[in-house]
Amino acid sequence: MDYSFHFTDVWIARDELLDGAWLTIRLSALSMVLSLIVAVFGAFARSSGPKWLQGVVAAYVEFIRNTPFLVQVFVIFFGLPAFGIRLDANTGALIAMVLNGSAYTIEIVRAGIEAISHGQVEAAYALGLHRLQAFRKIVLPQALRAVFAPLCSQFILLMLNSSIVSVISADELTAAAQDIQSRTFRSFEVYIVTIGIYLVLSVGFSVVFGMLNRLCFPKLEAR
Amino acid sequence: MRSLNFGDFLYLLLAVRWTILLSMAAFAGGGLIGAGIALLRVSSRPAVRLLAGLYIQLFQGTPLLLQLFLVFFGSDMLGVPLPAFVAATIGLSLNAGAFLGEIWRGSIQSVPKSQREAAEALGLHYATIMRRVILPQAMRIATAPTVGFLVNLVKATSLAAVMGFIELTRAGQLINNATFRPLPVFATVAVLYFLLCWPLTIASRRLERRMALATKR
Repeated sequence: MDYSFHFTDVWIARDELLDGAWLTIRLSALSMVLSLIVAVFGAFARSSGPKWLQGVVAAYVEFIRNTPFLVQVFVIFFGLPAFGIRLDANTGALIAMVLNGSAYTIEIVRAGIEAISHGQVEAAYALGLHRLQAFRKIVLPQALRAVFAPLCSQFILLMLNSSIVSVISADELTAAAQDIQSRTFRSFEVYIVTIGIYLVLSVGFSVVFGMLNRLCFPKLEAR
Repeated sequence: MRSLNFGDFLYLLLAVRWTILLSMAAFAGGGLIGAGIALLRVSSRPAVRLLAGLYIQLFQGTPLLLQLFLVFFGSDMLGVPLPAFVAATIGLSLNAGAFLGEIWRGSIQSVPKSQREAAEALGLHYATIMRRVILPQAMRIATAPTVGFLVNLVKATSLAAVMGFIELTRAGQLINNATFRPLPVFATVAVLYFLLCWPLTIASRRLERRMALATKR
């Protein structure tokens, strides 16, 4: 192999990569939060809403989970303008990520809700709590605690999937890398560095999740 | 620009076979790598376990799209430019190997330890213990999550479109470029993927339920 590596071009363009990484972080964090909010409502509707709504949520979850994210991005970004809805790339990316992320998150949160024993809900009713109060104060906190780990792995997958929105040229990390690549033709160097940044991001996110876990769900004291 | 016609639909339908072929090739490659990774992960040597763990972290902690880029452009750089199908198969296999390795490690470890101890007490070698005692039991446990992972693999093959390989998603892009009717074209593409993936999802769920019944007693 007679190839000499040139990282100089990548170093010169480091600001672009860092800007891209920053957008990836913001895009991912925002879509994680929004997905979780959608998922809490979705999971509530799925487990105790009216029958027709349960069906709608189930169909949504199944359809999203059984089609590729790339195709979902295309449908949203290129398809919605047919209804007169024009999106800039970053908004389209966010919508696609939330729609995709919440389908997976609904299933996870629902599993958590179903793991809570029914006796707890009955006890809450016996204490005079409404259905919504019982859900918000008794079921949801325990459910989220129970599924915190799978939720976090799903969120990291969501962050990694955000690289796919580069195809509609949202200017996140992968798109920035492609930009530099097409200008300098240093494809291998650029993508190696970019993959390294993603690795740092996914490790970073799991560290943050670990801290959040300790903050939100302190270990129950032994009594 | 021209209008959509039945020929376009047929073109999409025929592109499905490339999606299936790519999925099967990647599953074969990923299965080989995954089996190796799983065995290394349950090795008695900590250094070996660590190495396999690093492999998994590397491929699960970075985007598949970039892994595919690296294989595609990396082979170019080494002076052996690979056709898109081969590059996609290699990239998807490396990635699938990490996920399958992790699934199968879990299955191997969920075989009760006493099974291994009993086999050792009977004087069986490592290879015989694995082949005759552990793996047959682990395979039963692994079936449901493996079928579930197949869904992810089929969906992942759509990324080969970005490298220009004409499978289902790329075929959709090409037709959209010619007709400029993105909504019907990509909706059809999505439905075709759904028809590929949904049966696998259902099968995986059934297997899971059957496993749960078999182990509950």
